[in-house]
Amino acid sequence: MRFRQARFEEPLIFELSRPGAHGFEFPKLEPELERSLEEALNEIPEELRREDLNLPELSELDVVRHFTRLSEMNYSITTGMYPLGSCTMKYNPVLNEEVALSPKVLDIHPLQPEETVQGCLKLLYDLEQLLKKLTGMDRFSFQPSAGAHGEFLGCLIIREYHRSKGRNRRVMIVPDSAHGTNPASAAMAGFEVRVVRSNEYGCVDVEELEKMVDEDVAGIMLTNPNTLGIFEKDIEKIVELIHGVDGLLYYDGANLNALLGKVRPGDMGFDIIHLNLHKTFSTPHGGGGPGSGPIGVVEKLVDFLPPPLVEYDEESGRYYLDYDKPRSVGRVKMFHGNFSVLVKTYAYLLRMGGDGLRRVAETSVLASNYLLRKVEKLRGVSLPFDPKRPRKHEFVVSLKPLYKETGVRAIDVAKRLLDHGYHAPTIYFPLIVDEAFMVEPTETESKREIDGFYEALKNVLDEAYRDPEKVKNAPYNMAVGRVDEVRASRPKTMIPSWKVYRRMRG
Amino acid sequence: MGGKIPYIALTEGEVREMLREIGVKDVDELYSDIPSKYLLEKFDFPPPRSEMEVKELIEEILSKNRHMGELKLFIGGGAWPHYIPSAVKEIVSRSEFFTSYTPYQPEASQGILQALFEYQSLLAELLEIDVVNASMYDWATALGEAFRMAARVTRRRRILYPHYISPQRREVASTYSSGMGLRLEDYMQLEDGFVDLEDLKGRLDRDVAAIYIEYPSYLGFIAKNIKAVGELAHEVGALFIVGVDPTALGVFEAPGRLGADIVVGEGQPLGLPMSFGGPLLGILGCKLEPRLLHSLPGRLIGMTKTLRGDERAYCMILQSREQHIKRERATSNICTNQALCAVAVATYLSLLGRDGVVELGRQILARTNYMIRKLSEVSGVKAPLFDAPHFKEFAYKVDGHPSHKLLRKLLGKGIVGGIDLSREFDELGNSILTCVTEIHLKQDIDQYVNIVKEVVEG
Repeated sequence: MRFRQARFEEPLIFELSRPGAHGFEFPKLEPELERSLEEALNEIPEELRREDLNLPELSELDVVRHFTRLSEMNYSITTGMYPLGSCTMKYNPVLNEEVALSPKVLDIHPLQPEETVQGCLKLLYDLEQLLKKLTGMDRFSFQPSAGAHGEFLGCLIIREYHRSKGRNRRVMIVPDSAHGTNPASAAMAGFEVRVVRSNEYGCVDVEELEKMVDEDVAGIMLTNPNTLGIFEKDIEKIVELIHGVDGLLYYDGANLNALLGKVRPGDMGFDIIHLNLHKTFSTPHGGGGPGSGPIGVVEKLVDFLPPPLVEYDEESGRYYLDYDKPRSVGRVKMFHGNFSVLVKTYAYLLRMGGDGLRRVAETSVLASNYLLRKVEKLRGVSLPFDPKRPRKHEFVVSLKPLYKETGVRAIDVAKRLLDHGYHAPTIYFPLIVDEAFMVEPTETESKREIDGFYEALKNVLDEAYRDPEKVKNAPYNMAVGRVDEVRASRPKTMIPSWKVYRRMRG
Repeated sequence: MGGKIPYIALTEGEVREMLREIGVKDVDELYSDIPSKYLLEKFDFPPPRSEMEVKELIEEILSKNRHMGELKLFIGGGAWPHYIPSAVKEIVSRSEFFTSYTPYQPEASQGILQALFEYQSLLAELLEIDVVNASMYDWATALGEAFRMAARVTRRRRILYPHYISPQRREVASTYSSGMGLRLEDYMQLEDGFVDLEDLKGRLDRDVAAIYIEYPSYLGFIAKNIKAVGELAHEVGALFIVGVDPTALGVFEAPGRLGADIVVGEGQPLGLPMSFGGPLLGILGCKLEPRLLHSLPGRLIGMTKTLRGDERAYCMILQSREQHIKRERATSNICTNQALCAVAVATYLSLLGRDGVVELGRQILARTNYMIRKLSEVSGVKAPLFDAPHFKEFAYKVDGHPSHKLLRKLLGKGIVGGIDLSREFDELGNSILTCVTEIHLKQDIDQYVNIVKEVVEG
């Protein structure tokens, strides 16, 4: 496929400034307000008065055109397939966006009296009931804004659980295949991270784990299916080992898509779980956020959740917020989490229903295994870890053979794929696979798109053997050629803002 | 497994073909590696609904809310009612932005990268600080991260913060600090809004990592001696962290010019809806000093060039600070942030421009002062509680009238009158924190004041 991304030499907004131009005006102040303003300005001590402000001046059209052009230089789900492993870049249904744009969502203050926000509270309450059914957990907190945020809260709860039993457990176990956020979250909560290796099946090495588990271990953080797309086959044994020392199991929900309506983390024995609503539940990523990472816990941990929780009083038929949580680990965010993201999630769950969610899981797994069967046969590709075993919603192959034979690396293949109109898969993750190439097609891509991606990849790999330089210098069809990321972070050439840029230019 | 399930792309024919290619007879075989005891036989969950049904159901639930069009909201305290220009809504509803992922492939994502670079740059100008990251979750989490950052940079453990701070924000910052074992202690603020420098001095030692101040404060007043607070911090080698409401900065001096080493704040007032409290936008920035920069959490976008030419380009920088590279030694665990909110703010600041941001500050300042004056003219009302310049918010008190009763009275007339401070700060007694912005008409303010007057006069 020929693909050409829009390519504007779009200046910075500051460079577009036209002194005297206006993009917005406020209503004129009434004379009495003018007088109040003068009074107030006089009260401000001179050294606290703002004298100059270096912001650009533009018309509304200048601004709209500028950002519209920028948007056209941005690959997105609505532009094309995004097979980014571990990120679950599925279609973001427009219905969800529409319902979340209601003024009854957007124009509500979080501290309004409860009687004026019964709709918000009911929606949160109902959403929680659905998530409980889906995961097998007993209560949820919607405060976390992202997966990592949920992990941090989960780790604090694990710490508090042990404290409540009068002990200080220092160690959190994390597999070597885990997302980087897992060890980072554990460390933020004050844990020492102990890494458990993966075995030849791409699963947690239970023998090694057994040696690690002692009275110092607070818990383990697992993604299941793991980041290789493989279901942790020894999960039962892992649960037994960790629970054996009264440790807790934390479920990183990044890969839940494969299990929706099929397997519940609670039934596997997990005690805490976070969900990535911006992955599994179809809410958009927004170029990096906002997301939402609610956490669910089992009964014995409910008291440690941050306040408030939404409750329903049957007698009065009213929903209310319960702030009385004396044993809580404390808030991790203002107010009630990313509410408008929760509205989108609720719309998605209602729409899909139980049958739909099961189909989501099955279709994502089907698509992934179908693509894998084709990709693993390509020259330059190898499939590490137990090739016979079915993968789940994603798979990881290695491009090490390609690198050895041609000098072309995974990053080069990724860049060249862009030229064919496909976003690159996740590369160099998980860290335990050389030249890792992690693909997640998701259930929302048609067979035509999946086959198209396969053809593009085949094309790029063939080209790598024929003309490696061509691949190494890709991309050619994007808004810019290969970006110098090393220069970008070097102290002498680093430009983190327009302010710094101006200073460097003298 | 085909059938009419929304958003699932494969047809029944395609499913059969794909199963054949894999070499399995059905999809259950692809789950055969999962112990059967875990596989649900029956999934207890409501049935699917059509698009029309979902929309109707959600509208029905939401109809129980009363929003800004139905109520007059004089309430802030962490999220504030403001006007959002139409052009901002237009830009953030571009699906090229909102359905894109984190820009890990910069060549495919120049649009969002440049927009985020512009967000960082516009904020850097507004705050007069060198570097602002690409966003945190909200002001409170930015504050928690700033405390951690200060402790890492100074290798000290104590943080001093103002007594009058949003209780929720304080709690979040405290939760964030708990993993590092930091000690958070409050210092006194006087009745004229000044920081009690003697009290503060008495608390200072060489284990203080940072002094934090808010500008304006949670109660809306400005500490006239803010610069002296920063100087005290620097005298003992501590960092000076300033928390801002950015809408004040068209009128009030930028925190970077008041000596701030780290700036935090809330970006929601700059073009984001309140959305029942989220998404918000945490602002976090610092001076361009290596020790600060390398300890700064969160994504950062930089301007660079392409490898082959001198084309300008943008990409994420200093990723070696972040969790996907450094894992347990990262500066923070943050990954997903509030990028789209940052694009909204970039659009908002570009539209308003220099004059607009100044005018925004003046509009709010005018109304704040007008409302304070009108209320203070009612006998028995003390407005404001602090004898200082105020911006957007102020606390007031009505003698002999419990705040919750007054707030109920206002609500009866369709006004959400503010936050009941008697629940947050005992010593302030029956007082209310109220908020007024550019959206409040003079007649709305007059109506509010008249209701208070009626209550007082019985």
